Amino acid sequence: MEEKKDKFLKPENEVRQVEAPDGSIIKIDPLKDYYSQEKPEPYKVKEGPVENFLNWARAESLWVLGFGTGCGSIEIPPLVTPRFDMYRYGVQMRATPRQSNVFVVSGYLSVKTLKRVIRTYEQMPSPKYVIALGSCTINGGMYWDSYNTINRLDHFLPVDVYIAGCMPRPEALLAGFGKLKELIKEGKGHKANEYAENFEWYKENQKKIIKDWNMPDYNW
Amino acid sequence: MDYDITKFLWSLLGLFIVLNWGMLMSSTMRRVGARLAGRIGVPLYQPWVDLIKLISLRTYLSHGFMYYIGPAFRLVGGVGMFLFMPVLFGSDIWSNYSFSGDLILLLYFQSFGMLGMAMGASESGSPHAAIGISRGLSQFAAVEVPMTLAVIAIAIQHQTFSFHEIMAAQQGGIMNWTLFTNPLASIAGMLAMLGAMSHSPFNLVKAPNEIPIGPPTEYHSSFLSVLRTNSAIIHVVEAALFMNLFFGGADNWIEYIIKTFFVYFISVFVGMVFPRFKIEDSVRWFLKWPTLIGIIAVLVAAYWS
Repeated sequence: MEEKKDKFLKPENEVRQVEAPDGSIIKIDPLKDYYSQEKPEPYKVKEGPVENFLNWARAESLWVLGFGTGCGSIEIPPLVTPRFDMYRYGVQMRATPRQSNVFVVSGYLSVKTLKRVIRTYEQMPSPKYVIALGSCTINGGMYWDSYNTINRLDHFLPVDVYIAGCMPRPEALLAGFGKLKELIKEGKGHKANEYAENFEWYKENQKKIIKDWNMPDYNW
Repeated sequence: MDYDITKFLWSLLGLFIVLNWGMLMSSTMRRVGARLAGRIGVPLYQPWVDLIKLISLRTYLSHGFMYYIGPAFRLVGGVGMFLFMPVLFGSDIWSNYSFSGDLILLLYFQSFGMLGMAMGASESGSPHAAIGISRGLSQFAAVEVPMTLAVIAIAIQHQTFSFHEIMAAQQGGIMNWTLFTNPLASIAGMLAMLGAMSHSPFNLVKAPNEIPIGPPTEYHSSFLSVLRTNSAIIHVVEAALFMNLFFGGADNWIEYIIKTFFVYFISVFVGMVFPRFKIEDSVRWFLKWPTLIGIIAVLVAAYWS
C-alpha cells in the first residue's frame, strides 16, 4: 500500500519535535507512537472437544456492541423489552468495543460512518462477528445510487450473517442471532481470520471510499 | 505464625463455594430484575458461560505493567476480605485467618481493590476510564464515612474490633442482633451498604449505559474475567460483612447463604425502586443523612457505654 501524504491529517496527528524534561529533543509521530500499527495475524483454527466446548461458550454469550450505525438501529432497543427479551438467548449489550464480540451493522453506511465502523471493528478482540442488518448492507437497498453510501458491506468487512429486509423486524434480528450461534457452534465463526488473511484487499477497498483516511492502517 | 496446610485448604474450599454462590446469586438477581420488567432474563448459568468465553478470547492487548496489576489488585481486595473474616461463627475450620483486629483490616481491604483498579485503569489511557475512576473514588470516599462511623459505634458498644466477639455478642436470639441492640448504627451501616454494593441508585460508576462502563472500559478477555470473578466474590463477602455486623452472623452454610442472599437482596430491591443518582448527588446524600445518623450512633454508643 502506498503511503498517503494526505491533506486531511489533523494538526495533533502531525509529526513534531518535542522537548523532553531533560532538555533533549525527541521526535513524535502520533500515528505510530500512539496507536498499535501491528497487522492482524491469522490464527490457527483448532478442533476437538475442548474447542467445541469453547465454541459453545462463545455462542451462548454474545456481547453486542451498542453502536447504532444506520436506521436499523431503532430495531435493536426493542430486543431488551419484554416482548423480545434477547437476554434469554445469552445476547447482551456492551458499551465498549473492547468487551464485545458481535457488531450489528444496522443499515446503510455513509462514508463517514464506515470509517468509524472500521475503527470500531478493529478494536474488538477476536473472535468477532458481524451481523449485517437490512438490504442496504447487501446491495445498497434504497440507497443503491446514493453519492454518499456504500453498497456492499462485504467489500469492507467480513460479514457472518446477513438479515434481509427493509427494515427487518426485531424477530428477524433474533433469528439472525440464532443463525450466528449455529455457525459458531459448528466451528464456522472464523471471519476475523478471513479479515486478517485478506487484509490488503480489504484495506484497498476501504481506502478507495474513505478519502480522509487520517488514521493508522490497523488501529487497536 | 505456624503454617497450617489444612487451614489453607479449608479456606480455599470456602472461597470456591463463595465464588460459585456469588455467580449464582448475580444471575438470580438479574432474573429478579427481569421479572420485574416483565422479561424472563438470563439463564442461571450465564455468568459461568461469560467467564469461559472471556478466557477463551483469541486476542489480547496490554497497556503496560499496571494494566496487568489492576485486576489482580481488585481480586486481592475481594479474596483478602474473604480470608480475614470468619465465615461461620463458632467453627474452627471455617474461621479462616481472622484475628482480634480483623474489622479494621477489612475496612482497608474494601478500598484496596478500588485503588488498585484506579491505577490499572488509568494506565489504559482511556479518558472514559479516567472519568470513571474519579467518579468511583469520590463516591467511595463518601460511602466510607457512614460505614466507618457505624463500625466505630459497634466497636464502642461491644468494646472490640474482632468479628468473632461481635458475632458472639449477637448470639441467642434475634433480639440480640445489632440491628435491635444498636439500630442507629445499623441504619447508617445499611445505608452505606447500598453504596458499597454499587447497585442502582449508586451505580453510576460502572453502569454499562453511562460513559462506556466506567473504569473497566479498556479491559477485555482474561483481565475482565478476573474483574468479574472478583465482583462475584465481593458481593457475597460484602453481604457477609454486614451480616456479621448487624444480623448475627451465621452458624452453618445454609444460614450463610440465606442471610447473604437477603442482605444482597436489600440493595437489589432498593435498586429496582430508585433510579440512578448523579455522582454529586450521591456524594451529597451519603454525607448528609447516613453520616448524620452515624454520628448520632457514635455519640449514643459513647454515652451509654
